[in-house]
Amino acid sequence: MALLEVRSLTKTFGGLRAVEDATFEVKEGIIFSVIGPNGAGKTTLFNCLTGILQPTKGTVYFEGKDTVGLKPHTITGLGIGRTFQNIRIFPEMTVLENVMVAQHSRTRCGIISAIIRGKGFIHEEASIKEKAIEYLEFVNLSDLAKSPASSLPYGDQRRLEIARALATEPRLILLDEPAAGMNPQETAELMVLVERLRQWGKTIILIEHDMRVVMGISDWIIVLDHGIKIAEGIPEEIQRNPAVVEAYLGKEFTY
Amino acid sequence: MIRALIIASGLCLLVLPLMGIKSAAIVFISILAVITLLSFIRRHRHIFRIGIKVPAIYKRTAVLVTVMAVLLLPVYGDNYLIDVSSLSGIYIILAMGLNVVVGFAGLLNLGFAAFYAIGAYSTAILTTRLDMPFWLSMPMSVTMASFLGILLAIPALRLRGDYLAIVTLGFGEIIRIVLNNWDSLTNGPNGILNIPSPSIGGFKINRLSHYYYMVLLFVFLCIFVVRRVHNSRVGRAWLAIREDETAAEAMGIDTVRYKLLAFSFGAFWAGLAGALFAGKMHFVSPESFTFMESVLILCMVIIGGLGSIPGVILGAVILIILPEVLREFQTYRMLALGSGLVLMMIFRPQGLLGGRGGAIRG
Ligand SMILES: Nc1ncnc2c1ncn2[C@@H]1O[C@H](COP(=O)(O)OP(=O)(O)OP(=O)(O)O)[C@@H](O)[C@H]1O
Ligand SMILES: [Mg+2]
Repeated sequence: MALLEVRSLTKTFGGLRAVEDATFEVKEGIIFSVIGPNGAGKTTLFNCLTGILQPTKGTVYFEGKDTVGLKPHTITGLGIGRTFQNIRIFPEMTVLENVMVAQHSRTRCGIISAIIRGKGFIHEEASIKEKAIEYLEFVNLSDLAKSPASSLPYGDQRRLEIARALATEPRLILLDEPAAGMNPQETAELMVLVERLRQWGKTIILIEHDMRVVMGISDWIIVLDHGIKIAEGIPEEIQRNPAVVEAYLGKEFTY
Repeated sequence: MIRALIIASGLCLLVLPLMGIKSAAIVFISILAVITLLSFIRRHRHIFRIGIKVPAIYKRTAVLVTVMAVLLLPVYGDNYLIDVSSLSGIYIILAMGLNVVVGFAGLLNLGFAAFYAIGAYSTAILTTRLDMPFWLSMPMSVTMASFLGILLAIPALRLRGDYLAIVTLGFGEIIRIVLNNWDSLTNGPNGILNIPSPSIGGFKINRLSHYYYMVLLFVFLCIFVVRRVHNSRVGRAWLAIREDETAAEAMGIDTVRYKLLAFSFGAFWAGLAGALFAGKMHFVSPESFTFMESVLILCMVIIGGLGSIPGVILGAVILIILPEVLREFQTYRMLALGSGLVLMMIFRPQGLLGGRGGAIRG
């Protein structure tokens, strides 16, 4: 069974069909890329998978469970983590706090235990902090743990989002253009990170515009154009697919 | 400068038919003066913005000195000071409660006095009508206020920013109007008299200094509890909602639940403050719980520093003590409050002691 199964997923905004009848499967442990021109519906697809938008039609099965209609926080609890294309860190909280917050669905202490501060609370709080530092070390941000998140440079904010997504302890991580705005060096470092995530046993769905990056790292690629899936396959197949070359890369594009 | 002239002359024309030429001229000149002054200071505002990093040892000393001063207040203070300080204590609890809603969770609440009213009236009614002891009616009043907090939150949950402000404002007014008109229960605008003083085992807490210590005890409790909650998984969830609701949801936070919790936890403290107020004054009437009261509490939170606990305490003390010190200027109290807020927004939008916390996001 695939980790994620999407069937006939459709999302319309008024008359606009942002995602139309998308069907695909994501196998466990792979890097799965979604590509397509601007406005193809990639982010909308992510929003439907994470419950931020309700699909107009279609089903989404994660680990065999139907997730359509569930609230975003429930879906996060089931094990789907994500980052946002337009960075959405918590700017006034510290870097560390950003990652601590993300462990919300993996922890339990409520308001009463926060007041009483018994053994359970102390223990949980320590473990939240410890794990948060681990995730920050993973994205190489632990030195900046105490700084306000808004003070980080752009690239660091993107990596903070990844650490935060990791802290929700997902099996499936959705990365929406994590390298946007990064220089080639930063992008390369980021992709090493994504590769390490896979080795760590995570499944990754990646939206990325840089074709060299996508072709280099992906195990499987689907191509969206105007909301419709026009192709899918391994990188070599996508590169050779004339429909993709025409629709997405432009007629003159050659390798 | 030209804009200042236009604004001044516009307002001046408005005032002219009402108050005659002399007042209009005064209005014209003073507005012009204020705007010019503001624009001058605004150009040099960086001077005011400079943050100072205070070493921990100074902070600890400051806290220690404050606590000592507060504990010994009845020794060196006269009755008047003790009385005003008790009132400050009640407002500190109120401001701490509102700070949970506005400062932590980022939900604007313009009807906070309603919960204060519920706390005060519940205590008043339970003690006078049902002859319940204070110490039994107080927890009941607090429960009542918390429950009402949830009730208000349910319609408010779908709203953000300005709309939320309007709904909470309306709620505050509804409560006040109900209290004003439900004669059989609340005795209408005349209010409820003869609320008994709390007593512990036959010992009546009715002397000013005794009541002061009782309020102080609850202030310490409030600070203790709110600090702990702030610094926990729950507090972090509130902050995350304030910062970015969608992202908070994506991080696994049930935003609906935590907003309800914020409203209700905030109302809890307002209810407690209300009970303390009723026990102190022995009298409650709808006049004490107007919209201006909600605004006053909000000002305490904003002036002190949205989201900052010491800031909010300072804000409450300043806004209670200052009008007392400047008694002669009673008439201008609201004017001073308003201009104080404007200056604050320009020079220290984060509040006196607010470090992080920023503005209210819609
Ligand atoms: N909330 C919304 N309401 C209305 N239209 C929307 C909404 N979100 C997206 N759209 C539209 O849906 C289409 C797909 O948008 P989407 O953001 O999913 O594209 P994308 O593939 O992520 O593009 P990009 O590469 O620019 O990020 C676009 O035409 C966009 O304008
Ligand atoms: Mg997008």
